[in-house]
This record gives sequence, structure tokens and C-alpha cells, in this order.
Amino acid sequence: MTTRRFRALGALGLAGVTGLVLAGCGSAPDSSGGSSQQASDFKGCIVSDDGGFQDRSFNQSSYEGLKAAEEHKGIQVSQAESQSETEFEPNLTSMTQQGCNLTVSVGFLLADTTKKVAAANPDKHFAIVDDNSITADNVKPIVYNTAEAAFLAGYLAAGTTQTGKVATYGGMDIPTVTVFMDGFADGVKYYNEKNKKDVKVLGWNKDSQNGTFLSSFQDSSKAKTVTQNLIGDGADVVLPVAGQAAQGTVDAVSEANKGGDEVRLIWPDTDGYESLDSGKEYVLTSVLKEMSKSVEDVVTQAADGTFDHTQYVGTLENGGVGLAPYHDQEDAVGEDLDKQVQQLKQDVIDGKVTVESKSAPKS
Amino acid sequence: MSASTAPAPTEQVSAPPPTELSADGQRRTLLGSTLQSVLAVVTALLLGGLLVAVTDEKVRHTAGYFFARPGDTFAAMWRAASSAYVAMFHGAVYNPSGAGLSGKLYPLTETLTVATPLILAGLGVALAFRAGLFNIGAQGQILVGATLAAWVGFSWHLPAGVHLLAVLAAGALGGAVWGGIVGLLKARTGAHEVILTIMLNYVALNLVAWLLTLPGFQREGSSNPISPAVDENAMFPKLLGEHFRLHWGFVVAVLATVAVAWLLNRSTVGFELRAVGANPRAARTAGISVTRGFVVVMLLAGMLAGLAGTAQISGTEHSLTSGVAASFGFDAITVALLGRSTPWGTFFAGILYGAFRAGGVTMQSMTGTNIDIVLVVQSLIVLFVALPPLLTLATRRRRIQEVAA
Repeated sequence: MTTRRFRALGALGLAGVTGLVLAGCGSAPDSSGGSSQQASDFKGCIVSDDGGFQDRSFNQSSYEGLKAAEEHKGIQVSQAESQSETEFEPNLTSMTQQGCNLTVSVGFLLADTTKKVAAANPDKHFAIVDDNSITADNVKPIVYNTAEAAFLAGYLAAGTTQTGKVATYGGMDIPTVTVFMDGFADGVKYYNEKNKKDVKVLGWNKDSQNGTFLSSFQDSSKAKTVTQNLIGDGADVVLPVAGQAAQGTVDAVSEANKGGDEVRLIWPDTDGYESLDSGKEYVLTSVLKEMSKSVEDVVTQAADGTFDHTQYVGTLENGGVGLAPYHDQEDAVGEDLDKQVQQLKQDVIDGKVTVESKSAPKS
Repeated sequence: MSASTAPAPTEQVSAPPPTELSADGQRRTLLGSTLQSVLAVVTALLLGGLLVAVTDEKVRHTAGYFFARPGDTFAAMWRAASSAYVAMFHGAVYNPSGAGLSGKLYPLTETLTVATPLILAGLGVALAFRAGLFNIGAQGQILVGATLAAWVGFSWHLPAGVHLLAVLAAGALGGAVWGGIVGLLKARTGAHEVILTIMLNYVALNLVAWLLTLPGFQREGSSNPISPAVDENAMFPKLLGEHFRLHWGFVVAVLATVAVAWLLNRSTVGFELRAVGANPRAARTAGISVTRGFVVVMLLAGMLAGLAGTAQISGTEHSLTSGVAASFGFDAITVALLGRSTPWGTFFAGILYGAFRAGGVTMQSMTGTNIDIVLVVQSLIVLFVALPPLLTLATRRRRIQEVAA
């Protein structure tokens, strides 16, 4: 018994060593002539909030935007991840001291610090994602009217529900979250008015601004419980606005489908069909917030010397927000409903239908 | 000495191992020598450097043709590790490319700024260690101290000087209450302080999160979980002018170190605490109230951690958020361990950890090294500081077992 185990271990070890040796057997590159791309002197930098650059959410998308600018424009980049809120100021200060021409702060949590550091460095440019509280000549706010895209998602959800109930919940009761929920609830309401139906929204009441929140963007087990409750109450479409915690909703929805219920989810921020590891077959659509695109645009403008401090508001019109393709759920949506959604999108862009939310950025 | 707190009064108290009460003796037996601390730091830095090298992209690239040209791999490894540490040094001590003397010395002031809460909270943990209590609760004590300090800071409006003193007192009080609860419960019920402090950390964190949902703790016209900024009068004045973040809180930390050193080594209370820590039963026999000792030491430990919270509020952050304590309360445990629970040892360990944190910022932005490497180095230090006493303990156990057998 033991000898056999030893032999197995030995074989495994041998395989490992062979692997390592083989891995080291490539041929050395010529030392002459490095890849000297046309490098720009412009330096674009980014500071995350305490979510870090691998949060599958806005830190990550913004970071990808900067990396895209690095690739397309040949600019230099530098990044700093904040481990806690106390590191915002040291990180931002460090960026200015390193000579960053433009520094992107990700998240409203960095607003105070960005304002302060920008005031102390009037010759440097800054951009802040998801906050428009700063008015300064060298700070460009990047915000999104997510309510518009969530409005379409709400209409779509109401059009596909079998139970007559759809649901949403949030990570925290903050404007960047509730703006999704407002739009979603209004979209359902609009569907009801237009089609004389009575689809109910669970988890959020737009009029009283009360709803279900996790008090966390990390607690996926709580997200799972909340989702199970919403499904138990009859909802068959769920929009979780809860950052990383929304993984709990994916688990709950997958289990419900295995148990015979037909439940779908709508993913926030990125296209869930592409970013999720599992459960993507249940993604009805995603409410897109094109942060990497807008960050890349702002960085590119600054690199071209055309930085301006007017706020960027992502809308359906400029493509800053939008709905993702239906992927596997195309049949469930159907051509007719899709046409209505596309028409509605055009109506919002043309101003025939207005989407209002007190959490939406004022332009 | 109440009977209820002595679970085994009939147990004979004879033959406790002879314990030397001098600070030096205890240090050596319990927490190893200065040399061990220094070696722990050096070893951790070496291993951390190795980790930086192995995870570096260029190193991995050159390892692909290791057998064709091994020198490339080693050169790349050396470059990765050394550039990371050089960047860390530039971010923590001296930045040769800074503008003027103030720009060059800016990193050093950053180190001292970050070290301030670490020293204060570390002193609290160290003090409890010396009385034999493992105080994991600095995090909660910082949070409660910071909450009270912030509340006094933004809702009271007092003249200059008075306001700062009131904020300091509020922070110290908040921490002392949070620590005192632990001391009291341990003394009264015998509940273990590790469990109590860990639980109270969660209570404190959720308390702050809840308070920040109340309009009274939020800014006007905003529902974001962040309190208003404290009054100008409630802030620590800057120590070296507006250009630097270093504030008078650092002076408070120095004074606290002096005070704790005096308390431990020169005062009756300190002697009693050390006696309780060295051997509670012997201390009890000698007529020292162990229960009183627990309460007093936890009050003081909480007070010091509360001052760390004040340093955050009045010194750098100026408003309360649930992240105001960062992970200082847990780092404080390692600071106290590395400082061998002596006041000045803790002081310098705090500065070292401050340097890690300040330097880590520059390291990740200059060289792209992952900031988590700093955490790894800090954790390795704890491991190496704790390892020798553990080994000693294990060998001693075995020897005793052998003798018994």
C-alpha cells in the first residue's frame, strides 16, 4: 500500500520536474533591438477604491479602459490599489508626485480626497468615476444615467415574466445603486400602463424609496438568501445591484432552475453572459455601464491635449449605458418584445419618454 | 479579591515556576530577544523579495529559456526584487527625485503619519500582553473611539484648543469603554478575552455602519455613508506646515509611549499588572487583585486604541466612515508582537510598519508590484517572531513528557 503510494508520488514528482525542465527549454531571444514602440510622454494613472482592480465591477472596467488607452495610444500608465479608505490620499498624492498628467479616481468614496489633491495640484488633470460633486477646472466627473438602461430592462422583465412578479435589490442604499432600481421599477410601470397589465416589483418601492439592501457588496451568502426569498415570493426575474455579492443571486437562480422553476436574472454593469463563470444561460440581459469605454475616451482626450472639465454623462444616446444582447434567452424574449424595447430605446433618446430618478446625475 | 472570580481557591498555590519580574527577564522568556525581531524582519523581507521576483512578468518570461541563458533569469529576479524594495524605500524614507528638501523628505513624514495610529493601538495591545491578556479588540476600540471623537468633532462647536481636547477625551473615553467592557466581563464572569474582543470588533463595526445610515451622522443632502467633516478646531494642527500630512497626533503617540514606559516600569499599577501577567496565582497570593488588574489594563488598552481612532479622525481622515480604522487594530497586534510588548519596542515597530504601508503605495505605483506583497511580508514577520517561542515551548513540553515517562 505504502510502496504503491510512494511510487505514485514519485511518478508525479518526475512528471513535475520534467514539466519544469521542458518549460525552461525555450530558446533565448536576441538581445539586440527591443520593441521600441512610438511611446507617448503622457502618463495616465488610476487609483481604485477599496474594491481593488479585480472586482468584476467598476474598478475593473475603469482599469481596463486605462489599459486600452495604453495599448491604443502608447501612453504610460501607473496604477494604485487602495486597500482601505485611509490609503486614498497617499495613493493620489503619490500619483501626482510621479508626474501623472491625468489621474482617474474610481468611486464616490474618493470624492473628498480627489477634490483636495486636485486643488493642491492645479496643473494636473483628474477624472472621477461615479461622482459629480466636484466642480473644478482640472476635474472631469464621469457619471452615468443608468436609470435609462434599467428602464429598458424593467420593461423587458415585465414583458417576459410568467408569474407577474419581478424583483430587484441593492448592495447598499446609495444613489449609484438606487438609480438602477428606480429605472427598473419605472420600466415595469411603463409596461403596465402600455399593455394594461399588473406586473409587480418586489424589493424596491420607487415612491417611498424603500427596499431590500444587503448593507454590503461582498456578502454573497446574504445575497443568496435574499434572492431565495424573492423567488419564494413569486418573482421570476431578478436584478441584483450588489457588486461582487450578486454571485449569490446567480447561485440561487441556478438552484431554482434545477428545482424546476423558471427564473432569470438581469446582470448589472457588465455583460453577465461574458463575465460570469456559471449560470450565464439564465442571464436575460445586462444593464451595461460602459465604464472602460468612457475612461478610455477621457484618457485619450487628455493625451491629445483636449481635456475639459465638463461632466461626462453616459446615456442611451451616447452609448454610455445600454442593454446587452439576450444571448441564450433570445427565444424567451421573442421578436415582438424586442421590437418594443428597441422602439422604447429610441423614444427615450428622442425625449418622447422621460426616465426620472432622484439618484440620476443632473446634467 | 472576591471568591467568585477564583474558580479554584482550594487549589494549592505552591511551586509556581520562578518568574523574574524584571522587564528584561520577561522579555527574554516570553517574546524573544531584539535579535530575533531583527532577524524576523530580515528573513521576511528576503522571502518577500523572492516572491516579488517569482511573480514578476519579466522573470517568468526569462524562465521560459532558463537553460539557454540562466543568467537572464537571475538578473531579472534581482532587478524585480531590488527595484521593488528601492521604490519602497523611496516611498517610506527618502525620495531622491523629490522637489527640494521638503519633497525629498516627504516620504519620511508619511511614514510617521501612518505610524501614529499603529503606535497608539500597538501600545494598547502591548500593555494588555504584559498583563497576560491577548487583546484582539484594538480594531473595535479604535472604531468606537473614532466614532465618539468624530461626533464631538462635527456636532459640537467649541473654541480652538478646547475642542481638540474634548475630541481627544471623547476618543479616549470611547476606546476605554469598549476595552473596559472586556476587562469587566473577564473579571466578573471569567469569559475569555479573545472571544470577547473578537465579538466586540464585529459589534463596533456594525454599530458604525448603522450609525452612518442615520441622518444625524450623514452630510446634508447626501445619503452616502460618510459623516460630515469635523470642525477646523477639532483637527490636529499640522506639525511641519500645510505641505505635509504629519500632525500633532504623532507627538501624542510619543507622549503615550513615554507614559506607558513610566507606567509599566516605574509605577505600582504597572508592577501589579506585570505581576498579574507573569503569574496570576502568585500575584493573588501576594495580595494583588487580579480582577482589578484585568479591568484596569483593559481600560488603559482601550484608551490607547481610542486615541489611535482620534488620530485618524483629527489627524488625517477628518470624517467618519466604516473604513476609518483600516486594518490598524489587527496590525497593532503584530506591531506589539514585533516590539516584544515593550513601549519603545512597540514604538519602533510601529514606525517600521508605517514605513511598509507608506512605501507600499510607492512600490505598487512605481513598479506595479502587487500591494498584497506588503501584507505577506508583514505576516511573515509575525510568523518568524512567534516561531522561536513556539519551538522552545514545544521542545520543553517534550522534555517534560520524556522525564515523566
